Amino acid sequence: MSDQPRKPLPKPSSLSQPFWDGLAAGEIRLQKCDRCDTYVFYPRPYCPHCLSEALTWTAVSGRGRVYTYTVVRRAMHPAFQPDVPYVFAIVELEEGPRVETNVVGCAPEDVRVEMPVKAVYDRTTAGIALLKFEPA
Amino acid sequence: MSLKRAAAITGIAEMAPRASAEGLSTMGIWADVSRKAILDAGLEPSEIDGLLVAPPIVDMVAMWPSHLGEYLDIHPRYANIVDLGGASAAGMVWRAASAIQSGLCRAVLCVSGEASDVDTFYAPRAKRPTQQLPLREFEAPYGPMGANSGYAQIAMRHMHEFGTTGRQLAKVAVDQRTNAGANPDALYRDPLTVDDVLSSPLIVDPLHLYEIVQPCTGGAAFVVVSADLAGSNAQTPAWLLGAGEATRGVMLAQVKSITTSPIAQSAPLAFEMAGVTPDDIDLISVYDCYTITVVVTLEDAGFCEKGRGGPFVEEHDLTYRGDLPLNTHGGQLSFGQPGLAGGTSHVTEAVRQLQGRAGERQLPDCELAFVNGNGGIMSEQSSLVLGV
Repeated sequence: MSDQPRKPLPKPSSLSQPFWDGLAAGEIRLQKCDRCDTYVFYPRPYCPHCLSEALTWTAVSGRGRVYTYTVVRRAMHPAFQPDVPYVFAIVELEEGPRVETNVVGCAPEDVRVEMPVKAVYDRTTAGIALLKFEPA
Repeated sequence: MSLKRAAAITGIAEMAPRASAEGLSTMGIWADVSRKAILDAGLEPSEIDGLLVAPPIVDMVAMWPSHLGEYLDIHPRYANIVDLGGASAAGMVWRAASAIQSGLCRAVLCVSGEASDVDTFYAPRAKRPTQQLPLREFEAPYGPMGANSGYAQIAMRHMHEFGTTGRQLAKVAVDQRTNAGANPDALYRDPLTVDDVLSSPLIVDPLHLYEIVQPCTGGAAFVVVSADLAGSNAQTPAWLLGAGEATRGVMLAQVKSITTSPIAQSAPLAFEMAGVTPDDIDLISVYDCYTITVVVTLEDAGFCEKGRGGPFVEEHDLTYRGDLPLNTHGGQLSFGQPGLAGGTSHVTEAVRQLQGRAGERQLPDCELAFVNGNGGIMSEQSSLVLGV
């Protein structure tokens, strides 16, 4: 098994750990700026909009829409080759931030730009849950 | 401060791209194109007092300019690496001019290229970098296909917002292939049709194989000199008339509108400095890692309205015989993309056309060229106006 290529998994930092903990618990937690109400994603030590360090981890709805996507038919990383064709997408969350993700739970041909989607949590064997989406 | 006519490109050299890196080294390629560019500029090695290097994509090491300076046995007073991805070459042109204008140096050798091919480029890196880039934490786990998937996402969104079609995108690859047919150095020269492009394998929807650059081996160098050295060779100097640069984040999820690039800022700066408009341009020499890149570039640089890039490339003949000559060397799609030297090919072709030595594909009356270098996922943009 050790000879098989393995998919790259996130290595959370102390800064990003609450985000990954949220996914493991089945919800999306994002930093929100106490001062200007802006959601911050990916996790940062301060709000890039107003420079405030007062950020509070806040659970969001998990609803969004497909901002754009592609269907990957040849994987660059060999560990993804068994999955082709798969959808590599950018989803815009209802609350504003966009995330890089996969759309699962439907045929790649059925994905559309602006399609409503909802979060699903893909628990990997390494204990990390990845944030993916399926048609809402 | 304006850089208009602060410096000129006098010497160029470019290796014909090869599909295989077999038997070649990056340093060997750099030395070869450096020697030829210095000779082409009519200078002695001792006169090169500036050195800019665009690093190889497949082999990032520290202090590349020092390694190359040692190899060439030159001793620049101004040496630096320029890494703006594919925008590095255009970025080197104005950085060299800026250094010259400020009196740091008089003749800057700018070098790019690498020994690379499809196998080495796509090989899993033996040692993963340890830096925790957000890109690795928040994108890599979802299986992006390098730059391919990012440009595909731009194309998909462009189609959604503006109704751009696959046939329109394919037209870019077809016209550039016609140009490559008149360039003996191009990697791909056989004629191509829109149907050929659309029937080539889909790699990342909506982009097909023939809409995607191929990593290959090659290199290119050019020499930027001060006004007092511009007469040192027999060639007409290709003057820097205008320059502009703009950047944004690399991760597309962090970009507000992915269908508009920072060219919307960098190109107007270049045109304004040069005192010309897109209508005045004789040659469009712009980065074409994918067909969609050209469409977005034409829109954002002001050659057509935003969103009309698709119909625009269909309505115009982009070949060297056409009404809107674009990437007359074949572009990277047909000429090849030898690492960051792919972006250099747009600079060298502009110089060739301005100097009247583009051979069979020479434009009859080329006095002004627009060059655009594009890096990352349209994240780094360096725009130039060059003229005689």
